Amino acid sequence: MMESVLILGAKSDIGKALAREYARHGYDLILAARDAGTALRDFASDLRIRSQRNVILRSLDILSVEAHEDFYFSLGKRPAGVICVIGYMGDQTAASKDFREFKRITDTNYTAVACFLNVVANDFQRRRKGFIIGISSVAGDRGRKKNYIYGASKAALSAYLSGLRARLYPHGVHVMTVKPGFVKTRMTMAIKLPPILTATPEDAARQIYTAQKKDKDVIYVKGRWRLIMGIIRLIPERIFKAYCNF
Amino acid sequence: MGESASVIMRQKVRDFSAWGRYPRVHGELVYGVSPEGLASLLKSGDPFIPLGNRRSYGDSALAARMLDVRPCNYMLDFDPDNGLLHAQAGVLLSDILETFVPRGWFLPVTPGTKHVTVGGAIASDVHGKNHHLDGCFSRWVKEISIILPGGQVVSCSRSKKPELFLATCGGQGLTGVILEAKFYLKKIDSCLLKQVTVRTNNLMETFDAFEQYRNMPYSVAWIDGTAKGPKTGRGIFTSASFMKGGDFDYRPHGSMDIPVDFPTFFMNKALLSGFNFLYYHRTQERVSYQQVVDIDTFFYPLDRIGQWNRLYGRRGFVQYHFILPKRQSLDGILEIMREIDRSGISPYLAVLKLYGMENRNLLSFPLEGYGLALDFKIQKGLFDLLDRLDNKVAARGGRLYLTKDSRMNRKMVEKGYPGVWQFRRFRRSHDMDKMFQSLQSRRLGL
Repeated sequence: MMESVLILGAKSDIGKALAREYARHGYDLILAARDAGTALRDFASDLRIRSQRNVILRSLDILSVEAHEDFYFSLGKRPAGVICVIGYMGDQTAASKDFREFKRITDTNYTAVACFLNVVANDFQRRRKGFIIGISSVAGDRGRKKNYIYGASKAALSAYLSGLRARLYPHGVHVMTVKPGFVKTRMTMAIKLPPILTATPEDAARQIYTAQKKDKDVIYVKGRWRLIMGIIRLIPERIFKAYCNF
Repeated sequence: MGESASVIMRQKVRDFSAWGRYPRVHGELVYGVSPEGLASLLKSGDPFIPLGNRRSYGDSALAARMLDVRPCNYMLDFDPDNGLLHAQAGVLLSDILETFVPRGWFLPVTPGTKHVTVGGAIASDVHGKNHHLDGCFSRWVKEISIILPGGQVVSCSRSKKPELFLATCGGQGLTGVILEAKFYLKKIDSCLLKQVTVRTNNLMETFDAFEQYRNMPYSVAWIDGTAKGPKTGRGIFTSASFMKGGDFDYRPHGSMDIPVDFPTFFMNKALLSGFNFLYYHRTQERVSYQQVVDIDTFFYPLDRIGQWNRLYGRRGFVQYHFILPKRQSLDGILEIMREIDRSGISPYLAVLKLYGMENRNLLSFPLEGYGLALDFKIQKGLFDLLDRLDNKVAARGGRLYLTKDSRMNRKMVEKGYPGVWQFRRFRRSHDMDKMFQSLQSRRLGL
């Protein structure tokens, strides 16, 4: 029987690219997103035709945390791996005044995702196999003036994944953290991004797949972000707060 | 992350050109085709032209405002019983090959590059080396779904809204934005072909080769554009058919990129006569011989060099692609090649093909006869020469391929395409002329 991968947030460009990448390597797919049945119908047809794999669509609102367990255990065939691509940038200015926007950013990027992964982790630990990939962000490596609320939620996710990795390691379950820098998506198509720091969703998917097969722990997309974020983290706070206005 | 496909996004305005890199237009490319986005684009009232993978040569897909349909690239359904594929307009033929050749299916008709979209293939009503038997791409299209100026999405076929169908196939994107199409793929028994090669000494012999091998499904001839006098029209004729038994291990060729624009003087007479001489004499024997070739080698030799158009340098090139009725072909082509020779301007690549029956589409290029495609670097005196050639083509009842054109005048299109009047009337009566405009449609009053 074919192994399957569950992708949360499959409507995003990286989610779609990952679905194509895993299908290309012979996995069946379960794609979860809000209104997956309508929003991903054409994408799923395309994926089925191109890859000849089974593609199942499941609607999931990640913020309905009470429904997570039912959702996961009703999947029938349990997935070999779970990839969470969910992310919500939000509006920093609004979030610094409006609690609802703040909560939406924090819940979407961290609280709700972590709740879902708890369910998966417990199942994988029992079965003593599986992999979990969480898409975090370079924004979580250091809080910056422009997007520290989003960054803080991604920092929480990175810390969560790090702990989860240590917990599941002895049980043969692998947890990988992915920190993308710039990714060329539909939303950023019109913005000029520095080419050497910008990955296409397809690049990102290939890099993530290869890294997962090699059991990498934390990867940056593209890899050179590791050096950049390393340097940014080293900047002393008194300089960072005064001069680093990005 | 991008969840709002309905948002229309604009790329920074810049200079655009198509494959010939001539002309250039300062324009705006609009992305993000969704029903809502398209509706608002149409409502804005500013004219635009849908654009695929920009492999047309001239200005048929260029305008101040262009709509990129490539993001719509999903295959929606495939019926393995009859080969019917339902695909969105932005799907590339190369994607179809990669998906279906390993399963024993091939494109019913393919142009000389696989880097074109389904929408582009319909709008140009492309043809291939099998035109004499299998016609144009549109022959294999069952149904097209298209969005009209008013924003309504309609489907058309030979029986449903036939007028729209006949105007859209070959209509250069001027009747609406093609969104989806259903068309038949063709069953093959192998991904390899058996190829026959014949070296010919003059145009008469080249024609004879076409006639002799007219039952072979695929045929084409490369013509030595630098040969003169009694050798005019000599070349290498190849024809092929898919093998009966065999595997489907299709490996698309990688391509070598031309990373920079070559200087304009690179493609010069000396280099080209040298190349033509070597290419012609590479085929040692005059008699035909057989060899086994794969799909990419036979159908897409030029795709091996990514962006080979850069070899012509910054100023770009024109492909003069004309066709003459069969009984005019021999004299007509000889006359045209003599005229070119007198001008001192050399074509760099010349490809000859025997075409089959004309179809009923208003602006499709092929008619029964011989067609010749000549690549010319943009240079002094070229446009005068091409005007003189236009007169000769028109006088013999021939026409030029709109998809390759960047410079013909209204008279030329009116003489070559009797359907152009009906096409104009049809566009006007459906307000398509106000909404869908390219540099070419404005130049030719389409």
